[in-house]
Amino acid sequence: MNSTLLLDIIYLVASVTFILGLKMLSKPESARNGNLIAAAGMTAAILGTIFLRNNQIPSIIYILLFAAIAIGTIIGWMTAKKVKMTAMPQLVSIFNGMGGGCAALISLMEFPEHAGHMKLMITVMAGLVIGSVSFSGSVVAFLKLNGNLNSNPRIPFYNVINALILVATLGFAAYISFAGVKDMNMGVIALAMALLYGVMFVLPIGGADMPVVISLLNSFTGLAAAAGGFLYHNEVMLTGGILVGSAGTLLTVAMCEGMNRSLFSVVFGAFGAGSAAAAAGTSATGGTIKDISVADTAVLMNYAKKVVIVPGYGLAVAQAQHVMHELEALLEERGVEVSYAIHPVAGRMPGHMNVLLAESNVDYAKLKEMDDINPQFDTTDVVLIVGANDVVNPAAKTNPQSPIYGMPILEVERAKSIIVNKRSMNAGYAGIDNELFYQPKTSMLFGDAKKVVTDLVAELKSM
Amino acid sequence: MEHIFTFFSSHQQMIFMLILMVFVGIEVIGHVPSVLHTPLMSGANAIHGVVIVGAILVLLNADVNKPLTLVFGFIAVILGTLNVVGGFVVTDRMLEMFKKKPKK
Repeated sequence: MNSTLLLDIIYLVASVTFILGLKMLSKPESARNGNLIAAAGMTAAILGTIFLRNNQIPSIIYILLFAAIAIGTIIGWMTAKKVKMTAMPQLVSIFNGMGGGCAALISLMEFPEHAGHMKLMITVMAGLVIGSVSFSGSVVAFLKLNGNLNSNPRIPFYNVINALILVATLGFAAYISFAGVKDMNMGVIALAMALLYGVMFVLPIGGADMPVVISLLNSFTGLAAAAGGFLYHNEVMLTGGILVGSAGTLLTVAMCEGMNRSLFSVVFGAFGAGSAAAAAGTSATGGTIKDISVADTAVLMNYAKKVVIVPGYGLAVAQAQHVMHELEALLEERGVEVSYAIHPVAGRMPGHMNVLLAESNVDYAKLKEMDDINPQFDTTDVVLIVGANDVVNPAAKTNPQSPIYGMPILEVERAKSIIVNKRSMNAGYAGIDNELFYQPKTSMLFGDAKKVVTDLVAELKSM
Repeated sequence: MEHIFTFFSSHQQMIFMLILMVFVGIEVIGHVPSVLHTPLMSGANAIHGVVIVGAILVLLNADVNKPLTLVFGFIAVILGTLNVVGGFVVTDRMLEMFKKKPKK
């Protein structure tokens, strides 16, 4: 059997593993195996590409190739293993950016080979532009999620300016492809324009929408990989890339639906900017807030029949999920019914909170999804909100001016008493005020989540 | 218009695959519970790391006398490997936590 045919078969098998892998990833029971199957297919495709060749390759190139793979593997493996679970979203974002950068570099190197050849230059420029946007956009998303870049600077008319940059970039790339431009410098200019657009595209988007942006950039990288597949007539790059492109787009839309926002409003966002008026509205309704001590909270919870814990990103940041599990076990021991209310976008990404709580051995059956827990709040004695804010903001239901209006929320205000643990009165990730904190049923328990919950456990034990 | 026809005829097979894959992608993801959005995104992220195949091809066919091409190819392979390895390992770590849950 000749090696080209064998390589084709390997590519076919790898493509099937990608499809199977994605399919299995969408069911909890089979998800882990799905990931492993796709990884096995990927390994086969990579090894096949390297070894099943007919032409002679100089040894210096092999040395470079294996060195690069070794470096990438070691860094990638270590980072992925070591990073804290709370930092997961930005890690996915940066890995995505690496893929985009890879696609852009491939196109840049192919530029001089194919310059002037219209049919091939279309795919070269597509990979160059999409890959670059994905790369710089993902890096900005990483910096934002990592807290290195906290502001959402919005230059005046940024929508218009961004649209102009986009049109200019696409127009210039099309000009290079169709007019047969051979000057390499033009390719570099197109690359710079696309990089700039990626930065400008992500920069104004606010924190709460970041998962959607990462998912969108994820599907962009898929398209950039597919462009490479077109260029090399390489089936596995095409199938893998397009698969992620289309599945990723659908996933992006599903995430938007979870937050009841349209993709359009995320990208061209009214989030944050349009909320000045809304913020003014809510602070007008603001009244006094009521403090509560750890001891009083412990008493309240000890004599409750039913307690619901609403965990948010603040809990994860403070690494309080383990001690939270301890508190839950202690209360259960004393006959209190405890469950966790998980909002679809709790944490920084859909499903992020489930991962974090599962890490600290919280029973899966105790994690209640929003639709299941909402009817139960009427019979709940105490709701303990730890580091969550926007997902319990009643403005989402009552204030049409609010930027989160229409987002489904956990209806905690129906419970008998509500205790909110926060570090300070700062607004949540979406940057908006929460009128829940001013309601008579609500008490505020200020302090670091981990310290407060640890104190609660100690207090309960002494009772 | 002529350009489009020549583009189509020279990539006919690829275009067929592209269209079919779009539908496969949509079918495969349909009705995924929101709990799995993050791992799924992460898994898809690892799969588009297949772009590394392109980086390997570029590096293998690179001209040894053009150092710049070798450097770029080298970096491209590192980036691609990071995407693949990091992507799959981080997805596995997320899913490992789902599995550990004690069933009642």
